[in-house]
Amino acid sequence: MAIGLGSYLTVAALLFTIGVFGIFLNRKNIIVILMSIELILLGVNINFVAFSAYLHDLAGQVMAMFVLTVAAAEAAIGLAILVVYFRNRGSIAVEDVNVMKG
Amino acid sequence: MIFQTIAFYVFSVVMLLSAFMVIAARNPVHSVLFLILAFFNAAGLFVLTGAEFLAMILVVVYVGAVAVLFLFVVMMLDIDFAELKRGALQYLPIGGLLGLVLLAELITVGAVWRLSPAASTTLSSATPKGMSNTVALGHILYTDYVYYFQIAGLVLLVAMIGAIVLTLRHRPGVRRQSISVQNARQPDEAMALADPRPGEGA
Repeated sequence: MAIGLGSYLTVAALLFTIGVFGIFLNRKNIIVILMSIELILLGVNINFVAFSAYLHDLAGQVMAMFVLTVAAAEAAIGLAILVVYFRNRGSIAVEDVNVMKG
Repeated sequence: MIFQTIAFYVFSVVMLLSAFMVIAARNPVHSVLFLILAFFNAAGLFVLTGAEFLAMILVVVYVGAVAVLFLFVVMMLDIDFAELKRGALQYLPIGGLLGLVLLAELITVGAVWRLSPAASTTLSSATPKGMSNTVALGHILYTDYVYYFQIAGLVLLVAMIGAIVLTLRHRPGVRRQSISVQNARQPDEAMALADPRPGEGA
């Protein structure tokens, strides 16, 4: 690994922060919130892979693969819930999601 | 060496800029396209660290499946995004403050963090020499981590079934073919003999 571990950690921290910031900035739009969660998980994955390469331990890459799996499942379920919600209510505004009955 | 440094900075800067555009773009379709760009650059970073298999998985899974799923949903739902965007700047100060606090915390942790000298002796699965990344991953994924691998498959199966169950709907009034009903039809309930008189009709 030619670049130091600190550079990768900095990039991952910045990406994580952008994701958290995106949740606050777009807190009415569930689609962008889901995309921000993907960015957060990508930042975590960069940490895993950077440590894996730095320590010469492949377990980090295996864990990154599992994070990727869970992220894909979460995106699929989240978007399915979003589609069902839009079908029932005709909007995806977050502040309307306080009624727990259909 | 110099090429790797340049590539690292190009990938990182493009990834961070496109990640920022994901959360800042007015049009959600643009957000999804910037997300795809961010994932491509993250795959480039993974290649730089030597994790080629994860880089290819990232491109295939994220760009090929997840981002296209987002794109479908964004284009399928008829949403007034300008209305959703209204009042978003109201949360900018508190969001920016929280983001800065989080970044400061992460930088503080990263600045004082030191690797323990004993860390290299406690590796759970050291990278084997003279083996490509994909082969090495396959060797440990199907032996040491096989139960986790099965659980990951189970998670994907549950997600798939859940997404289908959630979005499947039976609309009333749609006439569908039912083979069993068709086969169970008897002549005496399907036909009736009529004996109309001439000139009157049935």
